[in-house]
Amino acid sequence: MRSRLAGAAKAIRHRWRGSLQTRVVATTLVLSATVSLLIGVTILHQVRSGLLSSAVHSGQSLVSTGVQRAQDQFLALPNTDPNSVERTAYGIVTELSSNQGDTDVVMLPAAPGLPSYGPAVAVASIPPALQRTVQRQGREAWTYTRLQTTGLQTTAALVIGAPVQAGSVRYQLYYVLPLTREASTLRLVERTMWFAGAALVLLLVGIAAVVTREVVRPVRQAAATAERLAAGRLKERMRVRGEDDLATLAASFNRMADTVQQQISQLRELSRLQRRFVADVSHELRTPITTIRMAADMLHDSSADLPPELTRSSELLQAQLDRFEALLSDLLEISRHDAGAAVLDAEPIDLVHLVGQAISLAAPLADRQGSMILADLPASPVVVDVDARRIDRVLRNLIDNALEHGEGQPIEVRLRGSDDAVAITVRDHGVGLRPGEASLVFGRFWRADPARARTRGGTGLGLSIALEDVRLHGGWLQAWGEPDRGSTFRVTLPCHAGEMLTTSPLPLEPEDAGARA
Amino acid sequence: MLVVDDDPALSEMLGIVLRNEGFEPSFVGDGDGALAAFRSTKPDLVLLDLMLPGTDGIDVCRAIRAESGTPIVMLTARADTADVVIGLESGADDYVVKPFKPKELVARIRARLRRNDEVAGEVLQIGDVVIDVAGHAVSRDGRAIALTPLEFDLLLALARKPRQVFTRDHLLEQVWGYRHVADTRLVNVHVQRLRAKVERDPEHPDIVVTVRGVGYKAGPL
Repeated sequence: MRSRLAGAAKAIRHRWRGSLQTRVVATTLVLSATVSLLIGVTILHQVRSGLLSSAVHSGQSLVSTGVQRAQDQFLALPNTDPNSVERTAYGIVTELSSNQGDTDVVMLPAAPGLPSYGPAVAVASIPPALQRTVQRQGREAWTYTRLQTTGLQTTAALVIGAPVQAGSVRYQLYYVLPLTREASTLRLVERTMWFAGAALVLLLVGIAAVVTREVVRPVRQAAATAERLAAGRLKERMRVRGEDDLATLAASFNRMADTVQQQISQLRELSRLQRRFVADVSHELRTPITTIRMAADMLHDSSADLPPELTRSSELLQAQLDRFEALLSDLLEISRHDAGAAVLDAEPIDLVHLVGQAISLAAPLADRQGSMILADLPASPVVVDVDARRIDRVLRNLIDNALEHGEGQPIEVRLRGSDDAVAITVRDHGVGLRPGEASLVFGRFWRADPARARTRGGTGLGLSIALEDVRLHGGWLQAWGEPDRGSTFRVTLPCHAGEMLTTSPLPLEPEDAGARA
Repeated sequence: MLVVDDDPALSEMLGIVLRNEGFEPSFVGDGDGALAAFRSTKPDLVLLDLMLPGTDGIDVCRAIRAESGTPIVMLTARADTADVVIGLESGADDYVVKPFKPKELVARIRARLRRNDEVAGEVLQIGDVVIDVAGHAVSRDGRAIALTPLEFDLLLALARKPRQVFTRDHLLEQVWGYRHVADTRLVNVHVQRLRAKVERDPEHPDIVVTVRGVGYKAGPL
């Protein structure tokens, strides 16, 4: 129950924050309801006091007339024996109460014990406090009371009393005026007020809803269009209708989109030209390099006949040509990735075989570096849809890289497959990576330590290309490393091209990572 | 040997290397004259640059292949999948990506010129396709099927060990003479070309069968 309440509160909060329209409509509702309530209460109060004061007025004139009549009649009495006084009092009450509708007239004696005149309910409804005021202060006074009508029901009534004095005769004359009419008038006014207030609030809320919808709709449309623009659909525009503020918004929005589109297409064109240039340069360089390469090889082959310094020169020429070629082909490869022209040529390949092949190819370099390559591969084939040329290049790159930075320590290559992904890790125990370098290693021409001599003429593009190659498969290439603890590179590939990766079958951090820390 | 290349320096250098290896090269500088030169010199092998002024290298390749099975080795500056595949599909047997080492080029050329040690009178059969090894002839139902030497070698390699599944790497080594080069496009394209000629229905092959995840084998599974 509590959680459902919390859920509802959350939904409301979300709506409140999320929708301008909701906020405006709700605010209008609260404000207009408050204001109409205040106005209603004030008006009701005014009407009520007006009605009552007029009732009091008419009551007072009735009382003064009645008192006058009573005094006249008492004064006209020839003698003041109790019998004739009582008769006269009874007669006065009867006379005054005739033609007065539902107004009751009551005559109370000044001294207790003497009879009072008038209907019993009316007599009972006169509050003692009023009697005291009238008797002691000898003046006219009034108050509100409740008059019993039928059964236990009571109705509001006005009681006005005044002393009657004629010689030695003392009475109090009371008029009890039921306020039934005033009450029903008030109820009618109240009902009307409620109805009018509710109608007003509804009207205001409706207007607020319509107005905000009119304003919010183009804003929402602008937001949706901006969203589509952001998603890359640069041709999206808003519809411009009329000449109002919202049309101006749409027009400005469209102008902004035009400018952005223009800028983006200019930048695209520029970077396309640049990439094209890199590709063209790489291609144009190839033919002369081929000639140079062949010439250098001819020289190298006949180096036995050359003096020693020329032999060394031809060796240097040879080695640097190798490096130049590697750089050129890497540049071409990366420009192809940049241009989005790299095509995935995937087919089912046994990765165990591919990894084994890459390891055996790295054996000569491993011998030179004095490193061992320890392979931990599954016994059965792991067949995955990959572009063999690219994955082979990635593996060779990672293994060569590990050997180069492995400081003669063993290199570990592991392969594991799960139902939907395959992971290959290449671990070295060399200098490792400093904090923050794990993401930098994939940067172009990045070097761990610029002062460190390169043992091999790596191009500085190998890991960048490897990253692009793995990404082309929809896979991950990640690096882990700590200073003096070595580093790990992990390739994770989906078993079927185009599938999303969620986890990797192998951990990036080696199991012994925490042990020596 | 015919060298078709528009770069004079490279052509001259190729000439030096090839003569050094005992070949007799002749040269053409553009695509338009290539076919005429091919007809007049009748070379054992054509070295063809893919990017040529005049007629494109691809068209030259198609024209030569249309009238002869002479081995063609492409020289290309682009190792892109599309370019290489188009070259291979238009009939080239092999390709060398610039810049190449002379030894590599010579190895490619020799591999294409090499003839297998044939046993006289050996006749092999896959399904209803009959291979006359000595006569370099392939036929089905008595009708000859014209294969290029490379396609013949590929079919022969598969047919000699009919129960063995060949990986692409294995075929690259056996037929093209490659070692440690994982370019499977070469195999894929030529298997398709071969199937187009020998299969009744190339979409559902029963002579050269794909073994998923491994490679190819001869005959029905």
